Parts: sequence; C-alpha cells; structure tokens
Amino acid sequence: MMARARIVGLVAVLVVALALPFFLSNFRLFQFTQVGVYAIALLGLNMLTGYNGQISLGHGAFYALGAYTTAIMIDRWSVPYPLTIVAAGVLCLVAGFLFGIPALRLEGLYLALATFALALAIPQILKYFEHWTGGSQGIVLSKPNAPWGLKLSPDQWLYVFTLAVLVVLFVLARNLLAGRTGRAVVAIRDNPIAAQAMGVNTALYKSLTFGVSAAYTGVAGALSAIVIAFVAPDAFNVFLSITFLTGIVIGGLASISGAIFGALFIQFVPNWAQDISKAAPWAIYGIFLIGFMYVMPFGIAGALRRLAARAARRGTVARA
Amino acid sequence: MLRRTVLSALLAVLALVVPATAADTPGVTATEIKIGNTNPYSGPASAYGTIGKTLAAYFKKVNDEGGVNGRKINFVSYDDAYSPPKAVEMVRKLVEQDQVAALFQTLGTPTNTAIHKYVNQQKVPHLFVATGATKWNDPKNFPWTMGWQPNYQTEARIYAQYIMKNFPDAKIGILYQNDDYGKDYRKGLHDGLGDAAKKLIVMEQTYEVTDPTIDSQIVNLKNSGANVFFNVTIPKFAVQAIKKAHDIGWKPAHFLNNVSSSLATVLKPAGLDASKGLITALYMKEITDPQWKNDKGFQDWVAFMKKYYPEGALDDQGNAFGYTVAQAMVQVLKQCGNDLSRENILKQAQSLKNVEFPLLLPGIKVNTSPTDHAPIEQEQLAKFDGERWATFGELYDAAKK
Repeated sequence: MMARARIVGLVAVLVVALALPFFLSNFRLFQFTQVGVYAIALLGLNMLTGYNGQISLGHGAFYALGAYTTAIMIDRWSVPYPLTIVAAGVLCLVAGFLFGIPALRLEGLYLALATFALALAIPQILKYFEHWTGGSQGIVLSKPNAPWGLKLSPDQWLYVFTLAVLVVLFVLARNLLAGRTGRAVVAIRDNPIAAQAMGVNTALYKSLTFGVSAAYTGVAGALSAIVIAFVAPDAFNVFLSITFLTGIVIGGLASISGAIFGALFIQFVPNWAQDISKAAPWAIYGIFLIGFMYVMPFGIAGALRRLAARAARRGTVARA
Repeated sequence: MLRRTVLSALLAVLALVVPATAADTPGVTATEIKIGNTNPYSGPASAYGTIGKTLAAYFKKVNDEGGVNGRKINFVSYDDAYSPPKAVEMVRKLVEQDQVAALFQTLGTPTNTAIHKYVNQQKVPHLFVATGATKWNDPKNFPWTMGWQPNYQTEARIYAQYIMKNFPDAKIGILYQNDDYGKDYRKGLHDGLGDAAKKLIVMEQTYEVTDPTIDSQIVNLKNSGANVFFNVTIPKFAVQAIKKAHDIGWKPAHFLNNVSSSLATVLKPAGLDASKGLITALYMKEITDPQWKNDKGFQDWVAFMKKYYPEGALDDQGNAFGYTVAQAMVQVLKQCGNDLSRENILKQAQSLKNVEFPLLLPGIKVNTSPTDHAPIEQEQLAKFDGERWATFGELYDAAKK
C-alpha cells in the first residue's frame, strides 16, 4: 500500500517537474535548473555524510573540479558537452577515491578539517594553473542549444537535460543504497567494528563511498559550468562547501529526497532573506536555519516521513 | 480517455507558450524608470557594498527633487556576494523578471565577466561597470558594455610616461598581485615604456591575494638595486609594502597604484611619515584631503551624505565614487529626454561630451563615443607630502597618447 502510494507520488512529482518548462519563464527555469544541479551535488555529499557518516567540508572542491573539467574540455578541445560531464564524473570518482584512502585514517571532525583544507586550497590552485584555468578571469562558455531541432529555448533545454541527468543519478543512487552495498555503507557509519566483524571491507567501502560521492558532486559541478556558462575561482570558495553541508542537513541526512528539499532551500531561501531585509539578509537566513532545525530536527525529508507515518497510523486506527 | 485528455491539455499549453514579447521600452512607465544593479553587500568583497548604498541614496535624492524628466528612478539592487553564479542569477532576474531598462554599476571583474556575454546578447545597456579592468572598453565585440573609471592599463601608462621623462636611468622594480588586476597594470607599464622596458625593469615580484605577508618580496626588490618601485597592491598589502620599505631603509621613487591611494585605509595605517613621497595618479578629489574643505562639490557631497546616507563613512572614497557615477547615470537619463528605449539609453551614454562632475579633479572631462567606451581617461599625478596628496604637473590623457 505504502509502496504504491510512493510510486504514485514519485510519478506526480516527475510530471510536475516535466511540466515546469511550459509554465515558467526562462529565468525561473534557470533557477530550477540550479536546484537540479544542487540536488545532484547534495545527493553526492549525503551519501558520504548522511549514509556513511564521513563529514566533508570540502565538497566544493570536487564541484570545482567537475566544473573546470567541463569548461576546459569545451573551451580547449571543443568536446561535446555531454561527454565532458561523463569525464568530469570519472575524474572526480578517481580523485575522490584517492583522497578517500588517506582520509581513512581520519575520523569525524579530523576528516572534516582535512576536507576543509581542500576547500580552502581550491581557489588558489585554480589560479595557479592559469594556463589551463584562465586564472581569476575564468573561462567563458556558450550555452548549448537544444539538439534534434527541438523547439526549446536554451534554458528550457538545459532544464530538461539536467532533470534527465538527475533522474538517472537518483535511480542509480537508490539502487546502490537500497541493496547490499547500501547496508554495508550504513553499517560502517553505525558501528564500524561490528561491520568489519560481519565481513565488510570497511577501508574499501569508505574509499569507494568517497569516490562515488565526489563523482556525483563533480557531475553537478560540470552541469553548473554549462548552466552558468562561466567558471571562475571566486565561484568555488569555502562558503560553497558549507552551503552544501547546510543543504543536506536541512533537506534530511541519509535521505534521497532530502537532497531535493535541501537544494530548494539553498537556492531560494537566501533570495527570500534578501527580499525580507536588504540590510541583514544573512541574519534572516540564520533565523530560517535555526527555525528549520528547531521545527524539523531530522530535516525536511525527516519531517515529511514523520507526517506520513502519523497519517498512516491514523488511517489504520480509523479503519480498525 | 484520461490519458488523452491530459495529453491534449499538455499540447494546448504547449501551443500557448509564446516567447515573452518585450515592450518597446522595458522598465519604463510614464512615471518611472527601472535601473538594475548588483553589488557585494555580503561576502569577501562586502567593503565595496557601500558603493551600492550610495547609488541608492543618490537616486533617492534625485527622486525627492522630482526625478529625471518627470520620472522617478526605481533603483533595484541585489546582493551577489561577489560570486559569479549569483551575479548571473541576479542579473537574469533584473533583466527577465524585473525588466529593468538598463544595468548600471554592476560591481566586480569576475562577476561582470560572467554576465558580459549575456547582457550583450539581450541588448541591455550595461553602463559604467565598477571595475578597472581594461576589457570593458571593447565596443566592437561588446557594444552594450561600458566602463567608468580610468582602467588599470591607462593608469600604468601614465606612470610610464612620467618615469621615462624624469628618471632616464631608472631601475624599476615591480610588485604586483598575481591576477588580472595586477597583470593589467604590469602590461600598461610595459606598453608605456615600450622598448625601454627590457632595459629599465630590473625585477618583477608577485604575490597571491591570500598570502599573509609580502616582506620577502620587498627585501628582494631592495636587493635588486631598484631605485623606482612600482607598487601594484590592494590596500592590505600596500600598507605592508610601505611599512616594510620604510623599515629596511629602502627609498626608491615609490609609485603606488590608485587602488590603494586612500588616506584612511592605507597611508594612515602605514604611517604618514613612511608614506611621504609616494606618487599616485588621481582622477577624483581625495575626500580626506583638507584642500577640498571649502570646495563646493565636496560640501555638496557632505550635505548629501548627512541627509541621505548618514550611516556611510565620510572618509570612504567609495562613497564619493558612487555619488559621482550616479551623477553620470542621471546625466545620461537627462540626455535621453522622453525616449527611454534601451537603444537610446546606450546612444546617450555614448554621447557624453566634455562633461565635468564636481568630485572629479578640476579639468577632468568625461567623453564617450560609439567607439570609445572608456569614459574617464585623464589623470593627474600626486605626491604625498605627509598630510595630503598634492597634485602636480599637467593632466595626463591616455586617449591622446
């Protein structure tokens, strides 16, 4: 019963998402495309932090790596943009996996600090390799037009394209996390010693989770480069990594749908805060944050799950 | 059946989707004209946010006095936190949703680079951008974008001219920030020196904006035997450089870029004694300079600040900068008369002829044309006498060469 309700819900969400391009202005669509991009990045971080219990304050670095991979490939070698996204994902997978190996020795807050260093370093590293990255000038790209003669504006096309990538990656993530691998990943978070005793190769799983997580965030970064049509080091400062962490906590840790709620939050709430008060938008944002954490301690996804559970219980009681 | 209904409904919606038809004069009504802007009110560059606040305050003053040609200026300014993606989003909001007539004084080199192509595709006037990079003066490729202040290369060429004339046996040491801002200055100096550059420049040192100190660079420059120091640093490092050079007893002819010419944020912290003899190029009246105390333009500005922006600092040159560039925008709108189409706004912005503004140095005239998108190209050298910048010599005009 629950399962069917869930599928119906999912289909409804997808239909609404697909209908958006026909109702919204190009600007609004652009904003929702950014939501999709953020959602992919948040899902990546959530796998690592929410499911596997490794805190990263440096996912902005992988986002940047993905963005620059795409930008450089398009700018230098005129590679078709869908291919560059795959390349960005693979590169970040490898980078994340490699970073995950030394990170194995670091637990909790120590890992958070190590990744934080990554976030701090990335803007400077990008400026250093100026020959490739264009330094602080960045790289300007062109927005792709819709292929196959589709009558869509570039914004509409990018929205649909991002949505497609998002759906594929979310289905993959769900399959990965719902099965044997997912159980191992969660077991490591909950009790690493017990997990090891059960025969889970903790070292391998932790590094792999880091890799996959980085790959998701890298793909998101690659998409962002195409959507914004510009990359520059100033876009990938420490604050971006913190924003991602905010997003997964607000959206709901260890929840797939939480990534979408978190993405909506980090995209729209700062804008609302600015509309409410020009003088102190970040104070308003802070109030929103505290409010959300107070009312929904398990994030938006957690709160919805609770509501649904309560409704289901009431339903059974009523029927009985 | 249901499916078919849904499908046909969807198709009907599809058919209804027509590209939003823009009015002839977006952002303009009988009583109002909408001007868009982004500024870093938060984030790493938030010190510049005061410029945006001054702009808003100045337009309020104009509106209180009846507006321009009977229309009030509706100044819409958003925070981009100096982040290029945020700037893209906010500028798209301004253009597509708020339907502003023109963009004005969007601040920052990376942020303006991110929107450069977009605004030109959309054919929205992108006027008097708040950055000194040289690329905004490129009317051939980006006809809708226009700079404002003398760009970095212009300024550096002026120093080069002066050095060639007065220090024929100069040994020049350069310290510059390793990014486009620093390199613009460097290029300007090299271009200005021409063939002599190879002979005259004895050492070039760089630093990263994130470096904690530049002490070792200063020591290296001293040891190179340089007797002319071209100091291309932002305020934080300018303070360090002036102090360090003074401490180690290095006394070159010290050229300090205009970016760091502020008395309050650079020279005072560095020490007025250590700052004695510095040379810079100015185009605006330094508001902390007592010589302007009785100047009408300065007094008007103070009165404006007290009434419309009382929380703004009276020793922050950014507030004088915003005041002046807002006056230029009002001048453009005045010239537009009743035709506030985007085409005409651009056309009038390109038709500024010998306009003077009260806080520019006496004699500096703003000129633009369809092939000249660099409004201010004149500067005057000034030497710090321990109290104030004393201007000397003639006005240099980079456009004349």
